[in-house]
Amino acid sequence: METGDHLFRREAGRMVAALTRIFGVHNLALAEDVVQDAFCRALEVWKFRGVPDNPSAWLMATAKNRALDILRRQRTARTFAPELERLIESEWTLAPAVAELFSANAVKDDLLRLMFSCCHPRLPEEAQVALILNILCGFSVDEVANAFVSRHAAIEKRIQRAKKVLAGSKTLFDIDAPADFSARLPAVHRALYLLFNEGYHGASAQSAVRAELCREAMRLAALLLDHPIGAAPTTWALSALMCLDAARLPARVDASGNLNPLFDQDRTLWDRELVIEGLKLLEQSAAGPELSEYHIEAAIASVHATAGRAEDTDWGKVVSLYDALMRLRPSPVVALNRAIAIAQRDGPERGLAEIGAIENPDRLAAYPFYSAALGELELRRGQHETAREHFRAARALARNPMERRFLDRRVSACERGVTTSALSA
Amino acid sequence: MSEFTFLFRGRDTTASPEQMQKAMQKWMAWFKELGDKGYIKYPGHPLEHSGKVVTGRQKTVHDGPYAEAKDVVGGFTLIEAKDLQHAVEISKGCPIFDIGGSVEVRPVQRLSM
Repeated sequence: METGDHLFRREAGRMVAALTRIFGVHNLALAEDVVQDAFCRALEVWKFRGVPDNPSAWLMATAKNRALDILRRQRTARTFAPELERLIESEWTLAPAVAELFSANAVKDDLLRLMFSCCHPRLPEEAQVALILNILCGFSVDEVANAFVSRHAAIEKRIQRAKKVLAGSKTLFDIDAPADFSARLPAVHRALYLLFNEGYHGASAQSAVRAELCREAMRLAALLLDHPIGAAPTTWALSALMCLDAARLPARVDASGNLNPLFDQDRTLWDRELVIEGLKLLEQSAAGPELSEYHIEAAIASVHATAGRAEDTDWGKVVSLYDALMRLRPSPVVALNRAIAIAQRDGPERGLAEIGAIENPDRLAAYPFYSAALGELELRRGQHETAREHFRAARALARNPMERRFLDRRVSACERGVTTSALSA
Repeated sequence: MSEFTFLFRGRDTTASPEQMQKAMQKWMAWFKELGDKGYIKYPGHPLEHSGKVVTGRQKTVHDGPYAEAKDVVGGFTLIEAKDLQHAVEISKGCPIFDIGGSVEVRPVQRLSM
């Protein structure tokens, strides 16, 4: 049918963004009610009459009319967006002003305003990401909980608290103040990066859900690229990283739902268009002196993307990029990935030594791929018994059936004495 | 062939956008199937969920309908089927059951001279 992929979800974000701009961010709940109402109407009318030629315009018009209705009836009882107060007060200016606020260009800016508002410094990062998914991407609380493999109650609480902070911030973020825009931009990058990673490395076992999270992050990053200040080298780098990683998604999980690590992937399944797009963005990101963690991660992804076979990978280059990443944004996970690259370059003993030297390894204690990496390297140097113990420990930490099956296969590989296959996914 | 009115009751106002879209796709597919098989006499209309109810000799006007949200008729369609049993079979494909709704199948009385 003609409504396209996830049309309702996408339109939910656009409508709520336009409505919060008009009603004011303190009326977020009212904006959400209007959106819900528009969907109910669409469902009722379209099922009898068919989908209109331009479903998106139909939904926007319905939301706009409802907004006009509310503004007319409640303008004395309720306060709306303070900066629009004068336009809303007069019947002469109301309808044209609201029509203008619902134009495609205005809505594009509204999405940015809301996205920047969601990245409020008073909100923890995970709350920012949940909020973005909920209000900008149209995921229900259940769908966010499902994507994060969290309990409904925990996510609901997180989103409710975040909405309180957002609604309490009085005004939406001012995207027309260049200094403020640049100051908030890193937080927005970080939130989109985390959203993407939740899709790419997260715990959800449903590959469709994961791909959706990646796609949403890419869609929002594209909004940044479309803005004069948002289109900064770091945004290009982040988008490059997303494209290059997303290119591998089709090969990451096979038809029977099995996880394939990078080394075992059928590289012909990689999305060539995304690779090309990613490499182009990476080149653009080199404009200017700035070197962010996204630049380095995108560069690492580009080394993999351009290696025709796993054994063609330039591991020396990967190691030096991880060295740079450790200097810029050190973390146990980065250190682990660096150790794996060193093992590829210099052999399993050197890799194991590097893993042994990781600071704060307790922060990796719950991460199944820490034990799995130890298992791979032990297996590779012929220590099948030790390797099996590591894989068993990893399996106990597995977050979903897909990871569990993968680690089961590694345990039985140890028992059979197979030494091929490999590490990071 | 005889005519039947399907009265649809029940709606889910708490569904997520994705669920709404899925529900809509199901409705479209169902209506298309009925249309393809020639069962639709008149596609009908959705009904607003608010309105007025006028009652009694006094013609008292109330905000209505009175019924609980789930019992409010949300729309109707005119169906052509062999007999009541056939019409009931047809109604069973309706996606309204997914949200706990109902379809009331009522034969349209034939007026003969």
